[in-house]
Amino acid sequence: MPSEPTPRLAYDRPPLDEVIRAFTNGMAVRTGKVTLDLSPLVENGNAVPVKVTVESPMTEADHVRRIALFNERNPQPDIAVFHLFPGAGRAEVATRMRLATSQKVAAVAEMADGGFWMAEASVVVTLAACIEDLI
Amino acid sequence: MRGRPWALLLLAAVLAAAAAAADIPEADRRSGYELMSPELRAMQDDELSNPGMFSVLDGERLWQEPGGAAGTACAGCHGDAEESMRGVAARYPAFDAALGRPIDLAGRISQCRTERQEAEPLPRESEALLALSAFVAHQSRGLPIDPPDDPRLQPFRARGAELYQTPIGQLDLACASCHDDNWGRRLGGSTIPQAHPTGYPLYRLEWQALGSLQRRLRNCMIGVRATPFDFGAPELIELELHLMARAAGMAMETPAIRP
Amino acid sequence: MRTLINVPKTANKGEIVEIRAMIAHPMETGYRTGENGVPIPRRIIHRFTCSFAGREIFAADLFPAMSANPFLAFTTIATQSGSFTFTWTDEDGTTQSAAAEITVT
Ligand code: HEC
Ligand code: HEC
Repeated sequence: MPSEPTPRLAYDRPPLDEVIRAFTNGMAVRTGKVTLDLSPLVENGNAVPVKVTVESPMTEADHVRRIALFNERNPQPDIAVFHLFPGAGRAEVATRMRLATSQKVAAVAEMADGGFWMAEASVVVTLAACIEDLI
Repeated sequence: MRGRPWALLLLAAVLAAAAAAADIPEADRRSGYELMSPELRAMQDDELSNPGMFSVLDGERLWQEPGGAAGTACAGCHGDAEESMRGVAARYPAFDAALGRPIDLAGRISQCRTERQEAEPLPRESEALLALSAFVAHQSRGLPIDPPDDPRLQPFRARGAELYQTPIGQLDLACASCHDDNWGRRLGGSTIPQAHPTGYPLYRLEWQALGSLQRRLRNCMIGVRATPFDFGAPELIELELHLMARAAGMAMETPAIRP
Repeated sequence: MRTLINVPKTANKGEIVEIRAMIAHPMETGYRTGENGVPIPRRIIHRFTCSFAGREIFAADLFPAMSANPFLAFTTIATQSGSFTFTWTDEDGTTQSAAAEITVT
């Protein structure tokens, strides 16, 4: 029996794995080297603190070139792409992102040798109780 | 993000079942700060990564700016805010003899603007009034809330306490049903805090902006399907008097972060 | 223009320093409606760069899923005294900049 096509998520955005494949140009991505620091439960999705650290000496020969942050269920998958350079000391970036709902977040690192590494984390986003746009 | 009436309705039943509130014992008092995640506490603590500080900096600039027909800056009369405004926010609302009623900090600032600077009034919740309030209140950051022991405030404070205990809205819930009897429990996704006014004006992530205590109180009223009092309404100032009295001795946090 | 920059004033040569930069900006997604249901127009910073002594040391492409008042923290090795330049570019081409000095001994 032919398998059903996977239904698209709301807003018809591409699924997370497709987004990651587009970033790596179809190259294989290994899990590891990347640490995604993200609280599993956040009180409000409008500013979710996140930190990405990649194991790398950050030398000319061996450094992280880019780190991309993607989400699974916002209307658009991209959050940010960070560009790093040798001499950074550490491959470590922190920021704050918007998460529309509970979902997965992925961090994908592109290394100077062209390899890709990634980490994923799931976040439960709770919603504020008393807001003003009820009416 | 639209309302989530199910969460509130479900809880209305549970919360209302609880017996009438006893005040929170002093040893159990907790600022909303203490109920936040370590990440949000860090965002509040570090003034260089606290987005509420943008308003404080705006307020500092406005403080120096000559304004109105009088052409005098706040600084022209009050000098260095670090000295002249230290501890001021911690003892508001205060009694205004000319008006014969209490006035909150934003009201006092507006009064200086219109009467002393002879400038256009700043609407409640305007960026400029929030910025000046945040700048003035920031001079009290870390200082204990110190409600004035002024007998003229007493009837107003008592009315605030009464309002706080009065069930309102379609959900028929009093402030106390949530904030005294059920603090620390979850309502939908949020933890119910004790409703301490320590951090205002503050940066609420839900608003993605700085807002006043009155805006916060109006949110709670809308949350229980009550018609909120208008900005600047005497009832909101009476509630603030009560909240400040409940929080006496707690540290000011302006500009705080809240979810 | 409103930015908050956190760079240590002094550092030892070879030390890894953390840099934090935040700018007041709504990062308006274009999906929200304001009063009377009128859509709030999209307004997004899509590029951030940090340079030291004229050389780019960090950059970021930003999207609407960044929070309002975008905040970025990253690191660099202190090599010499000088000035960091920070630039934020909106989709409409507007740029805003800030600078911070470091003394390296
Ligand atoms: C022309 C002089 C003048 C200017 C200009 C002025 N003020 Fe005042 N302000 C006063 C005086 C006088 C008082 C004391 C009133 C009183 O004690 O009843 C006062 C009181 C206050 C208070 C209450 C202080 C307290 O201890 O309770 C605050 C807050 C304040 N001003 C803020 C401001 C701000 C903000 C501005 C600028 C927007 C400003 N003022 C501009 C003269 C001025
Ligand atoms: C149905 C329960 C409920 C009722 C009734 C309620 N609130 Fe709240 N209140 C909340 C919740 C939940 C929050 C936290 C909001 C969030 O994080 O989404 C809150 C927040 C607050 C805060 C902010 C505290 C801080 O740390 O900044 C204050 C102040 C407050 N409420 C006052 C009041 C007052 C005054 C009333 C009565 C007019 C009231 N509330 C009625 C649930 C309630």
